[in-house]
Amino acid sequence: MQGGLERATGEKMVLNFGPQHPATHGTLRIVLELDGESVLKATPHAGYLHTGFEKLGEHLDYNQYIVVTDRMNYLSPLSNNFGYVLAVEQLLGIEVTKRCQYIRILMAELSRLADHLLWLGTAALDLGAFSVFLYSFREREKLYSIFEKTTGARLTTSYTRVGGVFRDLYDGCEEDVRQFVTNFPKALKETHTLLTKNRIWMDRTKGVGAISADDAISYGLTGPCLRATGVAHDIRKAEPYSSYDEVTFDVPVGTNGDAYDRYLVRMEEMIQSCGIVTQVLDNMPDGSVNLEDNKITMPDKSDAYGHIEGLIHHFKIVMDGHGVQPPIGEHYCATESPNGELGFYIVSDGSGTAYRIRIRPPSFLHFQALPHMLEGGMVSDTVAVLGSLNVIAGELDR
Amino acid sequence: MSEENQVEEQPKPLILQKLEANHADALLAHDETRGTVVVVVRKEQAYAVLEYLKTDPELAYTFLVDVTAVDNSQMESELMQFDYARFMVVYQLYSYQGQCRARVKVPVHESDLNIPSVTSLWQGANWLERETYDMFGINFEGHPDLRRILMPDDFEGHPLRKDYPLRGRGERERFNFDKQNV
Repeated sequence: MQGGLERATGEKMVLNFGPQHPATHGTLRIVLELDGESVLKATPHAGYLHTGFEKLGEHLDYNQYIVVTDRMNYLSPLSNNFGYVLAVEQLLGIEVTKRCQYIRILMAELSRLADHLLWLGTAALDLGAFSVFLYSFREREKLYSIFEKTTGARLTTSYTRVGGVFRDLYDGCEEDVRQFVTNFPKALKETHTLLTKNRIWMDRTKGVGAISADDAISYGLTGPCLRATGVAHDIRKAEPYSSYDEVTFDVPVGTNGDAYDRYLVRMEEMIQSCGIVTQVLDNMPDGSVNLEDNKITMPDKSDAYGHIEGLIHHFKIVMDGHGVQPPIGEHYCATESPNGELGFYIVSDGSGTAYRIRIRPPSFLHFQALPHMLEGGMVSDTVAVLGSLNVIAGELDR
Repeated sequence: MSEENQVEEQPKPLILQKLEANHADALLAHDETRGTVVVVVRKEQAYAVLEYLKTDPELAYTFLVDVTAVDNSQMESELMQFDYARFMVVYQLYSYQGQCRARVKVPVHESDLNIPSVTSLWQGANWLERETYDMFGINFEGHPDLRRILMPDDFEGHPLRKDYPLRGRGERERFNFDKQNV
């Protein structure tokens, strides 16, 4: 980080980084004030992808809104689906079946793997490591095949429902997932050999974008970015939701809070996620994936299309004023998404649509802390730091 | 949300005990829902209460999770309870030490949208308050850089207010590409 300012010339140059820049992965913009190659001031700008998700939440019913959550963090839509329905269910005061909880954990952990893999590939690609990109996308593709078979879509999964999931796992899902988690640690080792002791990778990331634990808490960093500073906090451990207390896993932490530690934390989290997935598959309970409460759960599709009772049931659920209606009240529910704390604050007025939905996105606060990590460093570090934070424009701007 | 509804047998959460001992005059109401203590405090003492919650060594709510607001203009029950204050500014707090959450709510009248900024307590409050200003028009006094953040700088109105229509006020139809300064 140091060294840039000593060679300062006193002449200022303003550099517009984004919103269309290959390293911004979405429409982010940073205005950099440079002196030579050192960054004097960085001003991040948000809002290019603002879509009014919170306003939409006041006009869609509780099940319709699941579709919107796909589009927040579009790298791990299953985690968003999960976090949102959990908030609604806690507001309703219901708990889904054990099998459903396990399936949700399974999908959330697989999507954590997919999210971290995409992050790994693109962060390395930004710093010139092209092979890592190919390796991680090869693995990610296997996960996306599993997602596609399970949910019917690769990106817009909309898998969860209030009170359950869209459908049970497909036949052969367990074998596919087991095969993946057996082979994955080997594949990740390839990346370790490419990057972890790589001189160029270490020079580009060690000490770059460092932040102390106190500053990280003050800036509201969560997830891998917080844990890289040494704070061993994980919502899955601190406030276990949806049977996370029944699986064992470690919370990896770093020490320096720099881009290199964020890399190491994410790499270890992937291994831990594989462990969780294996435990979930070993102990997967039998039974229904949906709650047996016809006032909340959607009927089976074959029922809705094939029987008049099913059709009426479906109609009653989706018709305004008849479906899911939480009591008057409010609830904030936080889940550990791949990027950090993803919170949904829902205020209900007792009707079928939320009175207010607030999404607490991790990326918004990470992007805010960017100047703190950049200023005083070199312009080339911008790409490394931005890559290490994994700011997702969809959830940044909502 | 009143004291009469409190169940007698359960011990009072530490945060409520301490707030009642030190900031009793600031409390308008309190509640405990699903493990989270919710306190509604007067705007005048909001900063002092938040500072106390953050700095008190036993409570140590050092993590400001979120700042947002709710427009209660169509929520009659809330309006009646808090003297027809249209907005409720909501702070979500978390204590790493006690591993517990708390929610502080501050009623704000439409006639006086000023509320003290907490950017001096938490760096992360900066953008969260900017977003609340952008979406609801709440004016955070003492904020170093209170500009719009998600909406364009020349946008008029505050989109998350209940009187702002879902499909906008014709901004899309009137948008003129030729006249935009790039």
